Amino acid sequence: MRGARLVWLLMAGAAVAAAAAGDSFLLRGGTVHPVSGPEIAGGSVLVIDGRIAEVGTRVRAPRGVPVIDVKGLEVYPGLIDSATRLGVFEIGSLRETNDFTDLGTFKPQLRIAVAINPESEHIAVTRANGITAAVVQPAGGIVAGQAALIHLDGWTNEEMLIEPSVAMRMEFPHTGGRGSYAERKKRYQAQVRELEEFFESARRYQRAKAAGGPDFRPDLRLEAMLPVLEGRLPLLIQADREKTIREALAFAEKQKVRMILQRAPQAWKLAAELKARDIPVVLAETLSLPEEEDEPYDRPFTTPGELFKAGVQFCFATYSPGGASTNPFNLPYQAAAAVPFGLPREEALKAVTLGAARIWGVADRIGSIEKGKLADLIVTDGDPLEVRTQVRRMFIRGRAVDLDNKHKRLYEKYMNRP
Amino acid sequence: MKRVGWLFVAACLLPAAPPLVIRNAQVITVTKGSFRGEVAIRDGRIAAVGEKVLIPPNAQVLDAGGQYVMPGIIDPHSHIALESINEGAVSVASMTRVEDVLDPESVAIYRALAGGVTTVALLHGSADSIGGQCAIIKTRWGQDARGLLFEGAPPYIKFALGENVTRPGWTPRGGGPPNLRYPASRMGVEDVFRQAFTEARAYQRAWRDYKERRGRGEPAVAPRRDLKLEPLVEVLEGKRRVHTHAYRGDEILMILRVAEEFGFKIHVLVHVLEGYKVAKEIAAHGAGATTFSDWWAYKVEASDAIPYNAAVMARKGVLVSLNSDNAELMRRMNLEAAKVMKYGGLSEDEALAMITINPAKQLGIDGRVGSIEPGKDADLVIYDRHPLSSYAKVQKVVIDGRIYFDRDVDLSGREAREKRRRELLERAAARSKEAQSKNRRPQ
Repeated sequence: MRGARLVWLLMAGAAVAAAAAGDSFLLRGGTVHPVSGPEIAGGSVLVIDGRIAEVGTRVRAPRGVPVIDVKGLEVYPGLIDSATRLGVFEIGSLRETNDFTDLGTFKPQLRIAVAINPESEHIAVTRANGITAAVVQPAGGIVAGQAALIHLDGWTNEEMLIEPSVAMRMEFPHTGGRGSYAERKKRYQAQVRELEEFFESARRYQRAKAAGGPDFRPDLRLEAMLPVLEGRLPLLIQADREKTIREALAFAEKQKVRMILQRAPQAWKLAAELKARDIPVVLAETLSLPEEEDEPYDRPFTTPGELFKAGVQFCFATYSPGGASTNPFNLPYQAAAAVPFGLPREEALKAVTLGAARIWGVADRIGSIEKGKLADLIVTDGDPLEVRTQVRRMFIRGRAVDLDNKHKRLYEKYMNRP
Repeated sequence: MKRVGWLFVAACLLPAAPPLVIRNAQVITVTKGSFRGEVAIRDGRIAAVGEKVLIPPNAQVLDAGGQYVMPGIIDPHSHIALESINEGAVSVASMTRVEDVLDPESVAIYRALAGGVTTVALLHGSADSIGGQCAIIKTRWGQDARGLLFEGAPPYIKFALGENVTRPGWTPRGGGPPNLRYPASRMGVEDVFRQAFTEARAYQRAWRDYKERRGRGEPAVAPRRDLKLEPLVEVLEGKRRVHTHAYRGDEILMILRVAEEFGFKIHVLVHVLEGYKVAKEIAAHGAGATTFSDWWAYKVEASDAIPYNAAVMARKGVLVSLNSDNAELMRRMNLEAAKVMKYGGLSEDEALAMITINPAKQLGIDGRVGSIEPGKDADLVIYDRHPLSSYAKVQKVVIDGRIYFDRDVDLSGREAREKRRRELLERAAARSKEAQSKNRRPQ
């Protein structure tokens, strides 16, 4: 037992020595892209105890801190995917492996943070392409539950959490779906009524709780709505077409809640209002078809550039319930697709790093290479938004992350088949 | 609304396109290297390609401004522009033909064209073990269904294995229990094929006997014609190509062995996500493989899918292409090609071959398309950057020597189209209002 452990330690030791010992190290001699500022040629990043201690061209490693030569390579902050099912989804067709949705229409008390499987193959596969953090979102019904922001590394789901609850996810009722238009309209109207009633009961609950009368009974469902009503937790509203987006905006205004808009292939039509009200947008569908048959062929590609020009905050993502979801490891290409169609390249990069961190309220901790932030770093051989670029190293909270995964293991195994 | 862009298209329909020369281009021939040069086009075909070509008199000259010219992309697996895809009710649906349900007005054709795709194989779906007869089209947006068809392309048929065919059928419209349909296991799938080809052999023999008797002047009654078995006889006789949807290694071997037993060939294994596990056997049979670059985990049989699949199969001697099976993905097959460089380290030419010459070979149309070579159809894409870059954008697409997509024309026409769209919507609204007031009954 002891011997086996020693062998393991030696092996692990060799691997770690090749990367970095512990969570203090100096990356030296690469091109550093802090995102928060201009790129630094021949730059270094000093990481002490998992945090970025210094960034610049003349950074020295304190005694005992290992130096990792990254000459000829590029250092970027780890990428952030703002909508995924990572850890709560394994195989699409197997219900038992899908934990992102539950029964019911209003279920704000559901917390996806408690259901994340750290051993999910998707996590390692996603990591391998430079994604270090992800928002995991519940889906289904009108109010689906609370989304979590996780690091793509950790022995347990608790260790992975950056924020257990970053938003309350809901889908705004619309007239789409199955059935005749008359049926769908009726269903939509009923859902809008239910939604308003639900918020009204949450407000009554809030007042009753504040009053603290003898008849007050706790209610987990309504209790979970308080952070939303008090403006502490954003309401992440998925809305597709222009009309639904307008209704969602009016609803958020009436309810006086902080709103983040999601999916929203027609958000460009309301860019001025989104800007005026400072409502950010999670774009999960750059790589998708135009919403309408007669929209220009490049409509999904031009939307991010238009939002940028209008001054709207936005970030990219890969999961869109009911929409055109892609593999989360393809996140960089959701961003890249907008570049030839009007989005400056540095803004595309920002929208999968610092811009995303700002939207989720964690820009003090992740999203850029700045002193004091967690050392979520990737070392690449080129622009991470280019398909051909390889991610050579990854650090999450300063810990070297193993970039191996099921895909690579099967590749090596069968490549070597005689 | 589907006719948006017709004005532009009308210009393309004019007969006899004048000769066209593309100058000042980075030419990526795929089969004969890449260089700065020119491509001359005459009568819809590539007349010459090189660093300098002879410019025919009255030729239209297009200065590419240093941009990249490559062969039009060929997507060997798609279901766009079809009014129906699956038969679904039976396990052997060889009598159906997707050509009969081709919708030339589907905007998906224009969107694919704008993504650099010039040739598309339209397949029957994968609900039936033996699916229908397939069609190959060029994305000649604006032409009618007949005008889209790739003239003289070899006929082929779709087979399907695994979960899609063993899954119980869909719930009938109006409710009720889902249709039960044989097969329900991979054992049953093999049986369906062996039964069908045993029948096809008997049918083939019956016709052969009949013809021999007639030839000898003996009295003979013609066998009853069977539209389901006819295409299978064509398969047995090597006159119809076979594309087989397959995922798992075992089922790939199964269909290869069935084909070998009955003496025909599987030309292309489609999806073939575990092809990397049985690449040796695929290469030995001589089948090609067309796969997704990186789709996985959407169902159990896709759980061992890896993005290195294309590269492993290619390294082990299989002719590999990439396919979309998806109207959106097909708009950026150039980036799917870039992924086989990322995952498995193939070269630029190997990567681009997987969306051009390799699918052309698999479809039996490589004499016509798939590379920039004199004599081939002038099907070309012009990108503003190297097509394997995430930032590349299609500028122009040429098919048969005619410009079918021009980004500048698309952009400059948008305002007029939008105006026309609004007019039509207003007119429709006015008409519906009028109809409503007419139908209103007196109180």
